[in-house]
Amino acid sequence: MKVALWGTRGSLPTPGPETARYGGNTVAVEVRADDNSVLVLDAGTGIRNLGRTIPGTTRRVDVLLSHLHMDHIQGLGFFAPLYVPDMEVHIWGPPSPAESLRSRLGRYMSPPLFPVRLRDLPCRLTLHEVPVGDVHIGPFTVDASLVCHPGPTVGYRITAGGRALTYLPDHEPALGVRGPLLRDGWTSGGSLAEDTDLLIHDGQYTDAQYEERVGWGHSTFDRAVEFARITRARKLVVFHHDPDHDDVTLARLMNELVARSRPSMPVSAGREGEVFTL
Amino acid sequence: MQRELEIILTRQLASYLATPAFIVDPEGNLLFYNDPAETLLGHRFDETGEMLAREWSTLFSPTDANGAPLPPDELPLLIALRTRHPSHREFWITGLDGARRHLVVTALPLVGQAGRVLGAMALFWEGEAR
Ligand SMILES: [Zn+2]
Ligand SMILES: [Zn+2]
Repeated sequence: MKVALWGTRGSLPTPGPETARYGGNTVAVEVRADDNSVLVLDAGTGIRNLGRTIPGTTRRVDVLLSHLHMDHIQGLGFFAPLYVPDMEVHIWGPPSPAESLRSRLGRYMSPPLFPVRLRDLPCRLTLHEVPVGDVHIGPFTVDASLVCHPGPTVGYRITAGGRALTYLPDHEPALGVRGPLLRDGWTSGGSLAEDTDLLIHDGQYTDAQYEERVGWGHSTFDRAVEFARITRARKLVVFHHDPDHDDVTLARLMNELVARSRPSMPVSAGREGEVFTL
Repeated sequence: MQRELEIILTRQLASYLATPAFIVDPEGNLLFYNDPAETLLGHRFDETGEMLAREWSTLFSPTDANGAPLPPDELPLLIALRTRHPSHREFWITGLDGARRHLVVTALPLVGQAGRVLGAMALFWEGEAR
């Protein structure tokens, strides 16, 4: 499968020349199988450009939302397939204990925040609540599990053709952990990432930023590497870049991270437009 | 096998509490107890590790006020799991250090989304000595 990054930024879009390399759009990732089946991970502002590349012959698109924070749904209303009659669009995401996915999503997709209501979209829209165990979507097997982040949030493990992608864009595996991350099933997201071929993981904060933001739901660079190490991920892409980290800063932080942590797997900061083949 | 997220977060909370806490899975098997509980039970979690329900529920020889043994079914944690409601009671145990202790226990079922029972947590206080 091919994995393309259309948005890598966390929290807020940060367009401008100083973020041109790593990108300013909020998170959106395309996963394409050999038979051209498409999954879209999250609907941040990057989903607009992604949507424009989906061929007119495509009849079904599945959008997998990790959670409903604004940086993960802000682009949804600008996703072209939603406006194609007869296009089957399936949106997967977590409900809350008290409210369905449809009603939670409808809070954004309705006036005054957005002019078009979910029910008025021309496509054939189906909503699915996760987690529900393994789901088969075309050639993909999708596993969603709740992970540590404020409000109901899932991570995804997507397998196809014997390869695995793990997507944990907003994840604080170290919340409440004093020393090393716990093993033996005691770390959030662990089973999603075990032996994965590509781990796309939250790495929003430096250690100094994290000290001020414990419980905000994000990971430091070092904890992302540690998480990749204990789950034996084969490649780590640091993701959900902090709006305060421009290209120069992020490149420096990554160099320092690699020098400091000497990771056993390749580690890089996700760049908008980057494509991985698994 | 990874634990359910709610159980992981409960353990992290318990590991910061000064109140003794005990966490079991949906079958009542012991998953974790914190440092303050170690003092009360007379054994370190690192030594006992996880325990089956039938092991821990008899290990501490729980009795009622008159010294009559309490069957596992009458312990708050197992009541909370069975009924999905909080359960509270007092009883006496013999710690692994041999000391007899009066405990006051409140157990809460941990119920996740879609009504999944994930386990239960008990908080312990030491009662008045008799
Ligand atoms: Zn986010
Ligand atoms: Zn978030």
